[in-house]
Amino acid sequence: MENYSEKVMDHFMNPRNVGEIKNADGIGEVGNPRCGDIMKMYIKVKDNRIEDVKFLTFGCGAAVATSSMITELIKGKTLEEALDISNRQVAEALDGLPPIKMHCSNLAEQAVKAAIEDYKKKNEK
Amino acid sequence: MYYFDNSATTKIDKEVLDEMMPYLTDKFGNASTIYSLGIESRSAILNAREKVAKALGCNSKEIYFTSSGTESDNWALKGVAFANKDRGKHIITTAIEHHAILHTCEYLEKQGFEVTYLPVGENGIIDIEVLKKEIRKDTILISVMAANNEIGSIQPITEIGKIAKQRGIYFHTDAVQAVGNMNIDVNESNIDLLSFSGHKINGPKGIGVLYIREGVNIDNLLHGGGQERRKRASTENVAGIVGIGKAVELATKDIGRKREYLINLREKCIKGILDKIPDTIVNGDREKRLPGNVNVCFRYIEGESLLLHLDKLGISASSGSACTSGELNPSHVLLAIGLPHEIAHGSLRISMSKDNTEEEVDYLLSVLPEIVQKLRDMSPLYIKNK
Repeated sequence: MENYSEKVMDHFMNPRNVGEIKNADGIGEVGNPRCGDIMKMYIKVKDNRIEDVKFLTFGCGAAVATSSMITELIKGKTLEEALDISNRQVAEALDGLPPIKMHCSNLAEQAVKAAIEDYKKKNEK
Repeated sequence: MYYFDNSATTKIDKEVLDEMMPYLTDKFGNASTIYSLGIESRSAILNAREKVAKALGCNSKEIYFTSSGTESDNWALKGVAFANKDRGKHIITTAIEHHAILHTCEYLEKQGFEVTYLPVGENGIIDIEVLKKEIRKDTILISVMAANNEIGSIQPITEIGKIAKQRGIYFHTDAVQAVGNMNIDVNESNIDLLSFSGHKINGPKGIGVLYIREGVNIDNLLHGGGQERRKRASTENVAGIVGIGKAVELATKDIGRKREYLINLREKCIKGILDKIPDTIVNGDREKRLPGNVNVCFRYIEGESLLLHLDKLGISASSGSACTSGELNPSHVLLAIGLPHEIAHGSLRISMSKDNTEEEVDYLLSVLPEIVQKLRDMSPLYIKNK
Protein backbone atom coordinates (compact mmCIF):
# COMPACT_ATOMS: atom_id res chain seq x y z
CA MET A 1 0.00 0.00 0.00
CA GLU A 2 1.19 3.49 -0.83
CA ASN A 3 1.41 6.18 1.79
CA TYR A 4 -0.72 9.30 1.85
CA SER A 5 0.94 12.64 1.16
CA GLU A 6 1.29 15.16 3.96
CA LYS A 7 -1.41 17.27 2.32
CA VAL A 8 -3.85 14.36 2.35
CA MET A 9 -3.10 13.74 6.01
CA ASP A 10 -3.54 17.44 6.80
CA HIS A 11 -6.96 17.55 5.12
CA PHE A 12 -7.89 14.26 6.74
CA MET A 13 -6.90 15.28 10.25
CA ASN A 14 -8.26 18.82 9.91
CA PRO A 15 -11.00 18.66 7.32
CA ARG A 16 -12.24 22.03 6.07
CA ASN A 17 -15.93 22.84 5.77
CA VAL A 18 -17.35 19.82 7.59
CA GLY A 19 -21.04 19.83 8.40
CA GLU A 20 -24.45 20.51 6.99
CA ILE A 21 -25.96 23.70 5.60
CA LYS A 22 -29.52 24.21 6.76
CA ASN A 23 -31.64 25.40 3.83
CA ALA A 24 -28.91 24.54 1.35
CA ASP A 25 -29.64 25.56 -2.25
CA GLY A 26 -28.31 22.29 -3.58
CA ILE A 27 -27.45 18.90 -2.05
CA GLY A 28 -25.56 16.12 -3.77
CA GLU A 29 -25.12 12.64 -2.34
CA VAL A 30 -22.98 10.03 -4.08
CA GLY A 31 -21.39 6.68 -3.32
CA ASN A 32 -22.92 3.83 -1.39
CA PRO A 33 -22.38 2.16 1.94
CA ARG A 34 -21.50 -1.18 0.32
CA CYS A 35 -18.27 0.26 -1.04
CA GLY A 36 -17.58 2.14 2.16
CA ASP A 37 -17.78 5.65 0.70
CA ILE A 38 -20.63 8.13 0.89
CA MET A 39 -20.23 11.85 0.29
CA LYS A 40 -22.87 14.46 0.83
CA MET A 41 -22.19 17.99 -0.45
CA TYR A 42 -24.27 21.03 0.53
CA ILE A 43 -24.01 24.29 -1.43
CA LYS A 44 -25.31 27.79 -0.93
CA VAL A 45 -25.46 29.76 -4.20
CA LYS A 46 -25.64 33.53 -4.66
CA ASP A 47 -25.44 35.36 -8.02
CA ASN A 48 -24.32 32.16 -9.71
CA ARG A 49 -21.43 31.79 -7.28
CA ILE A 50 -20.87 29.12 -4.61
CA GLU A 51 -21.09 31.25 -1.54
CA ASP A 52 -20.76 28.42 0.94
CA VAL A 53 -20.14 24.69 0.83
CA LYS A 54 -20.07 21.98 3.46
CA PHE A 55 -19.74 18.22 3.38
CA LEU A 56 -20.37 15.02 5.30
CA THR A 57 -18.36 11.93 4.41
CA PHE A 58 -18.42 8.29 5.46
CA GLY A 59 -15.23 6.79 4.14
CA CYS A 60 -11.50 6.31 4.27
CA GLY A 61 -8.75 8.90 4.68
CA ALA A 62 -8.69 9.70 0.97
CA ALA A 63 -12.47 10.11 0.86
CA VAL A 64 -12.39 12.66 3.70
CA ALA A 65 -9.36 14.50 2.29
CA THR A 66 -10.76 14.77 -1.25
CA SER A 67 -14.11 16.02 0.09
CA SER A 68 -12.31 18.62 2.15
CA MET A 69 -10.05 19.71 -0.70
CA ILE A 70 -12.83 20.07 -3.25
CA THR A 71 -14.80 22.33 -0.92
CA GLU A 72 -11.78 24.64 -0.81
CA LEU A 73 -11.42 24.52 -4.58
CA ILE A 74 -15.02 25.43 -5.37
CA LYS A 75 -15.76 27.97 -2.66
CA GLY A 76 -16.31 31.39 -4.24
CA LYS A 77 -16.24 29.98 -7.75
CA THR A 78 -19.02 30.37 -10.34
CA LEU A 79 -21.11 27.28 -11.00
CA GLU A 80 -19.43 26.86 -14.38
CA GLU A 81 -15.98 27.04 -12.82
CA ALA A 82 -16.98 24.54 -10.15
CA LEU A 83 -18.32 22.13 -12.75
CA ASP A 84 -15.00 22.36 -14.54
CA ILE A 85 -12.99 21.06 -11.62
CA SER A 86 -11.90 17.52 -12.33
CA ASN A 87 -10.99 14.68 -10.04
CA ARG A 88 -7.43 14.97 -11.36
CA GLN A 89 -7.22 18.57 -10.13
CA VAL A 90 -8.41 17.49 -6.70
CA ALA A 91 -5.81 14.76 -6.54
CA GLU A 92 -3.09 17.14 -7.72
CA ALA A 93 -4.06 19.73 -5.14
CA LEU A 94 -3.51 17.01 -2.52
CA ASP A 95 -0.04 16.22 -3.95
CA GLY A 96 -1.37 13.00 -5.38
CA LEU A 97 -3.32 9.98 -4.16
CA PRO A 98 -2.35 6.31 -4.11
CA PRO A 99 -3.68 4.74 -7.36
CA ILE A 100 -6.15 2.57 -5.47
CA LYS A 101 -7.68 5.72 -3.93
CA MET A 102 -8.22 7.65 -7.17
CA HIS A 103 -11.90 6.68 -7.13
CA CYS A 104 -12.29 8.82 -4.00
CA SER A 105 -11.39 11.97 -5.94
CA ASN A 106 -13.86 10.86 -8.59
CA LEU A 107 -16.52 10.67 -5.92
CA ALA A 108 -15.73 14.18 -4.72
CA GLU A 109 -16.09 15.53 -8.27
CA GLN A 110 -19.40 13.68 -8.66
CA ALA A 111 -20.69 14.98 -5.33
CA VAL A 112 -20.10 18.59 -6.42
CA LYS A 113 -21.75 17.95 -9.79
CA ALA A 114 -24.74 16.34 -8.09
CA ALA A 115 -25.13 19.30 -5.73
CA ILE A 116 -25.03 21.80 -8.61
CA GLU A 117 -27.46 19.70 -10.61
CA ASP A 118 -29.78 19.63 -7.63
CA TYR A 119 -29.53 23.43 -7.36
CA LYS A 120 -30.28 23.86 -11.06
CA LYS A 121 -33.25 21.52 -10.90
CA LYS A 122 -34.71 23.46 -7.98
CA ASN A 123 -34.28 26.74 -9.86
CA GLU A 124 -35.52 25.66 -13.26
CA LYS A 125 -38.86 27.46 -13.04
CA MET B 1 4.26 3.26 20.81
CA TYR B 2 1.13 1.30 21.60
CA TYR B 3 1.21 -1.89 19.57
CA PHE B 4 -2.15 -3.65 19.30
CA ASP B 5 -1.66 -5.61 16.08
CA ASN B 6 -0.13 -8.85 17.31
CA SER B 7 -2.29 -10.95 14.99
CA ALA B 8 -0.52 -9.22 12.09
CA THR B 9 2.91 -9.82 13.51
CA THR B 10 4.76 -9.71 16.81
CA LYS B 11 7.97 -8.23 18.07
CA ILE B 12 10.82 -10.72 18.20
CA ASP B 13 11.78 -11.75 21.74
CA LYS B 14 15.30 -10.85 22.80
CA GLU B 15 15.91 -14.42 23.93
CA VAL B 16 14.90 -15.65 20.48
CA LEU B 17 17.13 -13.19 18.69
CA ASP B 18 20.06 -14.07 20.95
CA GLU B 19 19.74 -17.74 20.06
CA MET B 20 19.53 -16.91 16.36
CA MET B 21 22.41 -14.47 16.21
CA PRO B 22 25.30 -16.99 16.00
CA TYR B 23 23.61 -18.61 12.99
CA LEU B 24 23.40 -15.26 11.23
CA THR B 25 27.08 -14.58 11.88
CA ASP B 26 29.84 -17.09 12.66
CA LYS B 27 27.86 -20.33 12.46
CA PHE B 28 26.84 -19.86 8.86
CA GLY B 29 27.43 -23.41 7.68
CA ASN B 30 25.18 -25.18 5.20
CA ALA B 31 23.43 -27.92 7.14
CA SER B 32 23.91 -30.40 4.30
CA THR B 33 27.71 -30.45 4.58
CA ILE B 34 29.90 -32.90 6.43
CA TYR B 35 32.44 -30.60 8.10
CA SER B 36 32.10 -29.20 11.62
CA LEU B 37 30.52 -25.92 10.58
CA GLY B 38 27.77 -27.85 8.81
CA ILE B 39 27.34 -30.25 11.70
CA GLU B 40 26.75 -27.32 14.02
CA SER B 41 23.95 -26.09 11.81
CA ARG B 42 22.52 -29.58 11.55
CA SER B 43 22.38 -30.11 15.28
CA ALA B 44 20.82 -26.68 15.77
CA ILE B 45 18.04 -27.72 13.38
CA LEU B 46 17.61 -31.04 15.14
CA ASN B 47 17.31 -29.28 18.46
CA ALA B 48 14.70 -26.83 17.12
CA ARG B 49 12.72 -29.66 15.53
CA GLU B 50 12.51 -31.37 18.90
CA LYS B 51 11.26 -28.21 20.57
CA VAL B 52 8.51 -27.83 17.99
CA ALA B 53 7.55 -31.49 18.25
CA LYS B 54 7.32 -31.21 22.03
CA ALA B 55 4.99 -28.20 21.73
CA LEU B 56 2.61 -30.06 19.40
CA GLY B 57 2.85 -33.45 21.09
CA CYS B 58 4.27 -35.26 18.07
CA ASN B 59 7.46 -36.93 16.89
CA SER B 60 10.21 -34.63 15.64
CA LYS B 61 10.30 -36.59 12.37
CA GLU B 62 6.84 -35.22 11.65
CA ILE B 63 7.99 -31.57 11.71
CA TYR B 64 8.96 -29.83 8.46
CA PHE B 65 10.30 -26.30 8.30
CA THR B 66 8.96 -24.01 5.59
CA SER B 67 9.28 -20.33 4.75
CA SER B 68 5.94 -19.23 6.22
CA GLY B 69 2.45 -20.08 7.34
CA THR B 70 1.34 -19.39 3.79
CA GLU B 71 3.78 -21.93 2.37
CA SER B 72 2.70 -24.50 4.94
CA ASP B 73 -0.96 -23.99 3.99
CA ASN B 74 -0.17 -24.20 0.28
CA TRP B 75 1.85 -27.35 0.77
CA ALA B 76 -0.76 -29.05 2.95
CA LEU B 77 -3.61 -28.39 0.53
CA LYS B 78 -1.90 -28.83 -2.83
CA GLY B 79 0.30 -31.66 -1.57
CA VAL B 80 -2.60 -33.71 -0.21
CA ALA B 81 -4.94 -32.85 -3.09
CA PHE B 82 -2.54 -33.88 -5.85
CA ALA B 83 -1.27 -36.98 -4.06
CA ASN B 84 -4.76 -38.29 -3.36
CA LYS B 85 -6.67 -37.22 -6.46
CA ASP B 86 -7.28 -40.83 -7.46
CA ARG B 87 -9.17 -41.39 -4.22
CA GLY B 88 -11.33 -38.31 -4.60
CA LYS B 89 -11.38 -34.68 -5.57
CA HIS B 90 -13.47 -33.12 -2.81
CA ILE B 91 -12.13 -30.79 -0.13
CA ILE B 92 -14.02 -29.19 2.76
CA THR B 93 -12.96 -25.92 4.31
CA THR B 94 -14.69 -22.88 5.79
CA ALA B 95 -15.75 -19.48 4.50
CA ILE B 96 -13.58 -17.66 7.05
CA GLU B 97 -10.17 -19.18 6.39
CA HIS B 98 -7.11 -17.04 5.79
CA HIS B 99 -6.47 -16.19 2.14
CA ALA B 100 -3.53 -18.62 2.19
CA ILE B 101 -6.19 -21.34 2.35
CA LEU B 102 -9.01 -19.72 0.37
CA HIS B 103 -6.92 -18.66 -2.61
CA THR B 104 -5.19 -22.04 -2.66
CA CYS B 105 -8.63 -23.68 -2.74
CA GLU B 106 -9.65 -21.43 -5.64
CA TYR B 107 -6.53 -22.56 -7.47
CA LEU B 108 -7.36 -26.20 -6.76
CA GLU B 109 -10.88 -25.67 -8.09
CA LYS B 110 -9.31 -24.54 -11.36
CA GLN B 111 -7.34 -27.80 -11.34
CA GLY B 112 -10.54 -29.82 -11.18
CA PHE B 113 -11.03 -30.21 -7.44
CA GLU B 114 -14.35 -29.43 -5.76
CA VAL B 115 -14.34 -27.36 -2.61
CA THR B 116 -17.12 -26.92 -0.07
CA TYR B 117 -16.88 -23.75 2.00
CA LEU B 118 -18.68 -24.33 5.29
CA PRO B 119 -20.67 -21.34 6.52
CA VAL B 120 -20.22 -20.06 10.07
CA GLY B 121 -22.75 -18.78 12.57
CA GLU B 122 -22.93 -15.21 13.84
CA ASN B 123 -20.28 -16.18 16.36
CA GLY B 124 -17.85 -17.24 13.61
CA ILE B 125 -17.94 -20.95 14.44
CA ILE B 126 -18.90 -23.80 12.12
CA ASP B 127 -21.75 -26.20 12.82
CA ILE B 128 -20.42 -29.74 13.22
CA GLU B 129 -23.70 -31.20 11.92
CA VAL B 130 -23.31 -29.24 8.69
CA LEU B 131 -19.76 -30.53 8.34
CA LYS B 132 -21.01 -34.13 8.74
CA LYS B 133 -23.62 -33.59 6.03
CA GLU B 134 -21.10 -32.16 3.58
CA ILE B 135 -18.75 -35.13 3.80
CA ARG B 136 -18.89 -37.21 0.62
CA LYS B 137 -17.41 -40.50 -0.50
CA ASP B 138 -14.80 -38.59 -2.49
CA THR B 139 -13.83 -36.15 0.30
CA ILE B 140 -10.08 -36.38 0.77
CA LEU B 141 -9.31 -33.44 3.01
CA ILE B 142 -10.90 -31.22 5.64
CA SER B 143 -9.07 -27.98 6.38
CA VAL B 144 -10.43 -25.86 9.21
CA MET B 145 -8.46 -23.15 10.98
CA ALA B 146 -7.97 -23.60 14.73
CA ALA B 147 -8.63 -19.92 15.48
CA ASN B 148 -9.63 -17.06 13.23
CA ASN B 149 -7.16 -14.25 12.66
CA GLU B 150 -9.77 -11.48 12.51
CA ILE B 151 -12.51 -12.25 14.99
CA GLY B 152 -10.59 -14.76 17.09
CA SER B 153 -13.30 -17.43 17.02
CA ILE B 154 -12.08 -20.90 17.97
CA GLN B 155 -13.26 -23.89 15.95
CA PRO B 156 -14.04 -27.29 17.49
CA ILE B 157 -10.93 -28.92 16.07
CA THR B 158 -11.02 -31.93 18.37
CA GLU B 159 -14.55 -32.79 17.23
CA ILE B 160 -13.59 -32.24 13.61
CA GLY B 161 -10.51 -34.42 14.01
CA LYS B 162 -12.63 -37.21 15.46
CA ILE B 163 -15.05 -37.13 12.55
CA ALA B 164 -12.25 -36.94 9.99
CA LYS B 165 -10.55 -39.93 11.55
CA GLN B 166 -13.76 -41.99 11.60
CA ARG B 167 -14.36 -41.26 7.95
CA GLY B 168 -10.76 -41.78 6.85
CA ILE B 169 -10.30 -38.20 5.68
CA TYR B 170 -7.16 -36.16 6.25
CA PHE B 171 -7.57 -33.22 8.63
CA HIS B 172 -5.45 -30.09 8.25
CA THR B 173 -5.64 -27.10 10.55
CA ASP B 174 -4.18 -23.66 10.04
CA ALA B 175 -3.00 -22.94 13.57
CA VAL B 176 -1.08 -19.76 12.80
CA GLN B 177 -3.09 -17.77 15.34
CA ALA B 178 -3.65 -20.63 17.75
CA VAL B 179 -0.13 -21.83 18.57
CA GLY B 180 1.01 -20.16 21.75
CA ASN B 181 -2.52 -18.98 22.54
CA MET B 182 -4.15 -22.31 23.33
CA ASN B 183 -3.05 -25.85 24.01
CA ILE B 184 -2.80 -28.01 20.94
CA ASP B 185 -2.05 -31.72 20.88
CA VAL B 186 -2.08 -33.20 17.41
CA ASN B 187 -2.82 -36.71 18.69
CA GLU B 188 -5.56 -35.73 21.07
CA SER B 189 -7.26 -33.75 18.28
CA ASN B 190 -6.47 -36.25 15.52
CA ILE B 191 -4.79 -33.60 13.40
CA ASP B 192 -2.95 -34.94 10.34
CA LEU B 193 -1.43 -31.67 9.18
CA LEU B 194 -0.91 -28.39 11.01
CA SER B 195 0.54 -25.05 9.88
CA PHE B 196 2.00 -22.22 11.89
CA SER B 197 4.57 -19.49 11.54
CA GLY B 198 7.35 -17.93 13.59
CA HIS B 199 6.53 -14.25 13.48
CA LYS B 200 3.13 -14.58 15.17
CA ILE B 201 4.73 -15.98 18.32
CA ASN B 202 7.53 -13.46 18.90
CA GLY B 203 9.81 -15.30 16.53
CA PRO B 204 11.33 -14.19 13.22
CA LYS B 205 9.55 -13.66 9.91
CA GLY B 206 10.25 -15.96 6.96
CA ILE B 207 9.95 -19.23 8.84
CA GLY B 208 7.04 -21.60 9.23
CA VAL B 209 6.24 -25.17 10.16
CA LEU B 210 4.11 -27.87 8.63
CA TYR B 211 3.43 -30.84 10.85
CA ILE B 212 2.71 -33.92 8.74
CA ARG B 213 1.56 -37.03 10.56
CA GLU B 214 3.69 -40.02 9.67
CA GLY B 215 2.09 -41.96 6.82
CA VAL B 216 0.11 -39.08 5.31
CA ASN B 217 0.22 -39.29 1.54
CA ILE B 218 1.45 -35.88 0.37
CA ASP B 219 3.29 -34.55 -2.67
CA ASN B 220 6.15 -32.09 -2.40
CA LEU B 221 5.50 -28.45 -3.08
CA LEU B 222 9.11 -27.43 -3.63
CA HIS B 223 11.27 -29.67 -5.79
CA GLY B 224 15.03 -29.58 -5.62
CA GLY B 225 17.61 -30.77 -3.12
CA GLY B 226 17.10 -33.44 -0.50
CA GLN B 227 16.53 -31.20 2.52
CA GLU B 228 13.86 -31.90 5.13
CA ARG B 229 14.06 -35.64 4.54
CA ARG B 230 13.52 -35.12 0.79
CA LYS B 231 10.17 -33.48 1.36
CA ARG B 232 10.99 -29.77 1.20
CA ALA B 233 13.87 -28.65 -0.96
CA SER B 234 15.94 -25.52 -0.32
CA THR B 235 18.92 -24.77 1.88
CA GLU B 236 17.75 -24.62 5.47
CA ASN B 237 17.12 -21.22 7.02
CA VAL B 238 19.11 -22.24 10.08
CA ALA B 239 18.73 -18.98 12.01
CA GLY B 240 14.99 -18.92 11.28
CA ILE B 241 14.62 -22.54 12.36
CA VAL B 242 16.53 -21.89 15.59
CA GLY B 243 14.31 -18.84 16.09
CA ILE B 244 11.00 -20.60 15.62
CA GLY B 245 12.19 -23.41 17.87
CA LYS B 246 12.98 -21.02 20.69
CA ALA B 247 9.85 -18.95 20.05
CA VAL B 248 7.53 -21.94 20.22
CA GLU B 249 9.24 -23.15 23.37
CA LEU B 250 8.68 -19.77 25.06
CA ALA B 251 5.16 -19.36 23.67
CA THR B 252 3.93 -22.71 24.96
CA LYS B 253 5.57 -22.41 28.36
CA ASP B 254 3.16 -21.18 31.03
CA ILE B 255 0.37 -21.00 28.51
CA GLY B 256 -2.30 -21.11 31.21
CA ARG B 257 -0.98 -18.04 32.99
CA LYS B 258 -0.48 -16.18 29.75
CA ARG B 259 -4.06 -16.92 28.69
CA GLU B 260 -5.42 -15.70 31.99
CA TYR B 261 -3.44 -12.46 31.66
CA LEU B 262 -4.64 -11.86 28.11
CA ILE B 263 -8.27 -12.76 28.78
CA ASN B 264 -8.28 -10.22 31.59
CA LEU B 265 -6.92 -7.53 29.26
CA ARG B 266 -9.33 -8.52 26.50
CA GLU B 267 -12.39 -8.34 28.73
CA LYS B 268 -11.30 -5.01 30.18
CA CYS B 269 -10.90 -3.68 26.66
CA ILE B 270 -14.25 -5.00 25.38
CA LYS B 271 -16.12 -3.82 28.45
CA GLY B 272 -14.49 -0.40 28.27
CA ILE B 273 -15.39 0.03 24.62
CA LEU B 274 -19.01 -1.06 25.13
CA ASP B 275 -19.37 1.21 28.16
CA LYS B 276 -17.96 4.27 26.43
CA ILE B 277 -19.08 3.95 22.82
CA PRO B 278 -22.73 3.41 21.87
CA ASP B 279 -23.77 1.64 18.65
CA THR B 280 -20.90 -0.84 18.93
CA ILE B 281 -21.05 -4.50 17.99
CA VAL B 282 -18.66 -7.16 19.30
CA ASN B 283 -17.74 -9.59 16.54
CA GLY B 284 -17.01 -13.26 17.16
CA ASP B 285 -17.83 -15.54 20.06
CA ARG B 286 -17.54 -13.95 23.49
CA GLU B 287 -16.11 -17.09 25.12
CA LYS B 288 -14.62 -19.27 22.41
CA ARG B 289 -12.15 -16.69 21.19
CA LEU B 290 -8.43 -16.06 21.19
CA PRO B 291 -7.36 -14.69 24.57
CA GLY B 292 -5.93 -11.45 23.16
CA ASN B 293 -8.48 -10.74 20.41
CA VAL B 294 -10.91 -7.84 20.45
CA ASN B 295 -12.93 -7.16 17.30
CA VAL B 296 -15.70 -4.59 17.23
CA CYS B 297 -17.69 -2.61 14.68
CA PHE B 298 -18.55 1.01 15.30
CA ARG B 299 -21.62 1.84 13.29
CA TYR B 300 -21.60 4.77 10.85
CA ILE B 301 -17.83 5.05 10.48
CA GLU B 302 -15.15 3.56 8.26
CA GLY B 303 -12.19 1.60 9.59
CA GLU B 304 -9.28 3.13 7.74
CA SER B 305 -10.15 6.61 9.00
CA LEU B 306 -10.19 5.21 12.49
CA LEU B 307 -6.79 3.58 12.07
CA LEU B 308 -5.24 6.80 10.74
CA HIS B 309 -6.44 8.72 13.77
CA LEU B 310 -5.18 6.02 16.12
CA ASP B 311 -1.82 6.00 14.38
CA LYS B 312 -1.48 9.75 14.94
CA LEU B 313 -1.68 8.96 18.65
CA GLY B 314 0.89 6.18 18.38
CA ILE B 315 -1.58 3.31 18.39
CA SER B 316 -1.23 0.48 15.86
CA ALA B 317 -4.30 -1.64 15.18
CA SER B 318 -6.13 -3.08 12.18
CA SER B 319 -9.49 -3.14 10.47
CA GLY B 320 -11.47 -5.33 8.08
CA SER B 321 -12.48 -2.31 6.04
CA ALA B 322 -12.08 -2.57 2.27
CA CYS B 323 -9.77 0.42 2.24
CA THR B 324 -7.23 -1.27 4.47
CA SER B 325 -7.02 -4.42 2.40
CA GLY B 326 -6.72 -2.89 -1.04
CA GLU B 327 -9.92 -4.64 -2.08
CA LEU B 328 -13.39 -3.38 -2.85
CA ASN B 329 -15.23 -5.47 -0.29
CA PRO B 330 -14.78 -5.46 3.43
CA SER B 331 -13.35 -8.57 5.10
CA HIS B 332 -14.82 -11.88 3.96
CA VAL B 333 -14.87 -12.97 7.58
CA LEU B 334 -17.11 -10.11 8.70
CA LEU B 335 -19.43 -10.70 5.76
CA ALA B 336 -19.51 -14.44 6.55
CA ILE B 337 -20.78 -13.78 10.08
CA GLY B 338 -23.65 -11.87 8.51
CA LEU B 339 -22.66 -8.24 8.93
CA PRO B 340 -23.97 -5.83 6.29
CA HIS B 341 -21.25 -4.14 4.23
CA GLU B 342 -21.57 -0.70 5.80
CA ILE B 343 -21.14 -2.10 9.30
CA ALA B 344 -18.29 -4.38 8.30
CA HIS B 345 -16.43 -1.32 6.96
CA GLY B 346 -16.33 0.09 10.49
CA SER B 347 -14.45 -2.71 12.19
CA LEU B 348 -11.50 -2.43 14.53
CA ARG B 349 -9.29 -5.32 15.60
CA ILE B 350 -7.17 -5.03 18.70
CA SER B 351 -4.87 -8.03 19.07
CA MET B 352 -2.84 -8.21 22.22
CA SER B 353 0.24 -10.13 23.27
CA LYS B 354 1.93 -10.76 26.60
CA ASP B 355 3.78 -7.46 26.11
CA ASN B 356 0.62 -5.36 26.27
CA THR B 357 -0.33 -3.85 29.62
CA GLU B 358 -3.42 -2.58 31.41
CA GLU B 359 -2.04 0.95 31.15
CA GLU B 360 -1.94 0.61 27.38
CA VAL B 361 -5.55 -0.54 27.31
CA ASP B 362 -6.46 2.42 29.54
CA TYR B 363 -4.79 4.78 27.09
CA LEU B 364 -6.62 3.23 24.16
CA LEU B 365 -9.93 3.53 26.00
CA SER B 366 -9.20 7.14 26.86
CA VAL B 367 -8.73 8.24 23.24
CA LEU B 368 -11.01 5.93 21.27
CA PRO B 369 -14.43 7.44 22.12
CA GLU B 370 -13.40 10.90 20.94
CA ILE B 371 -12.05 9.62 17.63
CA VAL B 372 -15.17 7.57 16.95
CA GLN B 373 -17.34 10.60 17.76
CA LYS B 374 -15.30 12.88 15.52
CA LEU B 375 -15.76 10.50 12.59
CA ARG B 376 -19.43 10.01 13.36
CA ASP B 377 -19.95 13.76 13.42
CA MET B 378 -18.83 13.95 9.82
CA SER B 379 -20.66 10.82 8.67
CA PRO B 380 -23.87 11.24 6.65
CA LEU B 381 -24.98 7.83 7.93
CA TYR B 382 -24.72 8.97 11.53
CA ILE B 383 -26.37 12.35 10.97
CA LYS B 384 -29.25 10.61 9.24
CA ASN B 385 -29.75 8.19 12.14
CA LYS B 386 -29.17 10.66 14.93
